Amino acid sequence: MGYGTLLFSILAGLAKVLFMILAFLMPVASILTWLERRQSSMMQDRLGPNRANIGPFKMWGITHFLADALKFMFKEDFVPPMAHKFLFMWAPVMAMAPALIVAAIVPFGPPLCWGQLFETGATCNQPVPLQIAHLDIGMLFYFAIASLSVYGATLAGWASHNKWAMMGGLRASSQMMSYEVTMGMAVLGSFLVYGSLEPGAIGDFQTHILNFDNYRSSWGIFSQPVGFLLFLTAAIAETKRTPFDIPEGEPEIIGYFVEYSGLRFGLFFLGEFLEIVTSSAIMITLFFGGWHWGPYIDGFLMSHLPNVAFVVVMFTLWAIKVFMFCAFQLLIRWSLPRFRSDQLMQLGWQRLLPLSIANVVATAIIVLWAQM
Amino acid sequence: MAVGVKVVTRPGSLSQQMYLPAIAEGMGVTFKHFVKNFFGNLVGLRKKTDIQTIEYPEETKKYPARHRGLHRLMLRDDGQTRCVACMMCPTVCPAHCITIVPEEAPDGSIEKRPKIFEIDELRCVVCGLCAEACPCDAIRMDTLEHAKPVYKRADAILDREELLSRGAKSVAVQGGVGAFWREKVAAVPQTQPDAAVLPAGPPAGPTPVATFQRKD
Repeated sequence: MGYGTLLFSILAGLAKVLFMILAFLMPVASILTWLERRQSSMMQDRLGPNRANIGPFKMWGITHFLADALKFMFKEDFVPPMAHKFLFMWAPVMAMAPALIVAAIVPFGPPLCWGQLFETGATCNQPVPLQIAHLDIGMLFYFAIASLSVYGATLAGWASHNKWAMMGGLRASSQMMSYEVTMGMAVLGSFLVYGSLEPGAIGDFQTHILNFDNYRSSWGIFSQPVGFLLFLTAAIAETKRTPFDIPEGEPEIIGYFVEYSGLRFGLFFLGEFLEIVTSSAIMITLFFGGWHWGPYIDGFLMSHLPNVAFVVVMFTLWAIKVFMFCAFQLLIRWSLPRFRSDQLMQLGWQRLLPLSIANVVATAIIVLWAQM
Repeated sequence: MAVGVKVVTRPGSLSQQMYLPAIAEGMGVTFKHFVKNFFGNLVGLRKKTDIQTIEYPEETKKYPARHRGLHRLMLRDDGQTRCVACMMCPTVCPAHCITIVPEEAPDGSIEKRPKIFEIDELRCVVCGLCAEACPCDAIRMDTLEHAKPVYKRADAILDREELLSRGAKSVAVQGGVGAFWREKVAAVPQTQPDAAVLPAGPPAGPTPVATFQRKD
C-alpha cells in the first residue's frame, strides 16, 4: 500500500466519521428528544411542545431541542459535595461515547466510486465503502462496546453518593448484563444464516425484500423473525427505556442521574437517544436489509442516476428507514406499561434466554438441512 | 419460599403470557390516536382531532355568563357614575379591598358621589358580595374579564376612571320608582334596552316569566 492510498483512506475515514456524527447521529438524536415529547403527546391527545421558534420560523416547534441545549448550558453544573468528583464528571461521557463508537460499524450507503462520481452504473475502480470501520469481527465489536455503556450508568450511580442513584446504577448493571446475553444469542441465528459477523457483508446479503427462492437474500426479519423480536426486546432493555426503565424508574427512584444537572444531564439524555439511533441502525442492518430496498428500486436508481446521486438517494432512504425505526421505538415506549424489577429478570432469564437458545438450535438445523 | 409469602398462580393462556398480542393491540390504539391527531393537526383540522388543548394566549375559553370577573361601575343617563357612595360595598366586602372617599356633588343634583373609588384586585376574593349589596346597581362584576397580570402591585388597584371605563348605562331606574311601584311599572310600556346596555348575560331566548308572587 503506497502512501497515497494510505493518506486517501485516512482522509476518507475522517470524512466519514465527521459526516456520520455531525450530519446524522447528532441531528437525529437531538430531534428525537423533541420528537419523543411531540409524538407521545399526539398519542395521548395532547399538543406537546410546539412553541419554540426562530423569529417567524416555528416549524411545529422543532427548534425545542436548541432551546433545551441552550437551557442546559446555562444551568448550574452541580457536583454533590460527597461525590467522587472525577467519576461523577466523566460518567456522562462514558454513557454517551459507546453509542457514538458503535456507529462506526454501521454501513449507511452503497460504495462511493471515487473518480467516477458522475458515471452511471460503472464498475468501481476505487470504491469507498460507506462504513467507517470495516471490521471482520463487526458484531462482536458492537457487543464489546455497547456493553461498556453500562459503566456510565453504574459509575454515575456510585459516584453520586446518593442512595437512589446507587440503586439505579445497580439496577442498570444487573439489567444490562442480563439482556446482553439474550442479545448475543438472538443474533447468533443471523450469524448462522449469513456466515459472517461483518455488518456490511450481512447487509449486502439482503438485497431482496422477500425472496422465497433464497432465504439469505431476503430481509433478515423474514429469515430470523424470532431473532428480530428477541434482539428488539433486548435492545430496548439496553437503552433503558420503558417498558424496561427500571434503572431510571422515573416514578420511583429517578435513577442513576438523579444528582446530575445542566449539560451533564443533557449528555445522559442525548446518550440515551444516541443509543436508540445506533441500535436502530444495527437492527436495520441485521434485519431490514441495511441500505437495500429490493432489487427493483436499487437497480432502477443505480442504472439511472450518476454514482454520487445514487449514493445520496440511497443514504437518504436508509436514514428514513432508521428514523422510522426510531419512531417505532418511541411508539413502544409510550404504549407499554413498565415491568417490575423481578418480572424483568424473570422475562430475561426464564423466557427470552431459553427462547433465543431454541432459536439458535432451530436455525442451525434449518441451515444445515438447507445445505444438504 | 419464605414465610408469609403467598404465591398466586395467574391464570392465562399462552398468548396472554407471550404478551405479544396484547402489545400489538395496545400499540395499535396509540398509533391510531397518533395518526388521527398528527395528520389532523398537519392539514389544519385541529378541531376534528381528539386534542382538547386550548392554546391560551391565542385561544381563550368562553366564560359562563354568570362568571364573576373584573368590577365595573355603571353609569347614569347623563354619563355620571351611578354610585352614591353609600358605603355598602366596602362594609360588606370580606377582603376590605374597596376604598371609597365620598364627596358632595358640585351641581347639587345628587347628594353624594365617590371622589375616590378604588378596588384592590390583589385583595379581592371575587365573592360578588359588593354587587349584591349595591342598592343602586352601580357596581357589577359581569365583565367576563379576569384580573390581568401586572408588573407592579400598584397597577392591580383599579381606580374610579378605570372602573367607569368599562361601565354602561343601567336599565334600573335611578332612585327607584317609589310607592305604588307595581302600578307605575305596569303603566309604563316596557321597552327592551339596547344590547350595549345589557351585560353579557345568559344567551338570548324567551325572557323567563317572573314567578315570584308576594303574599300580602
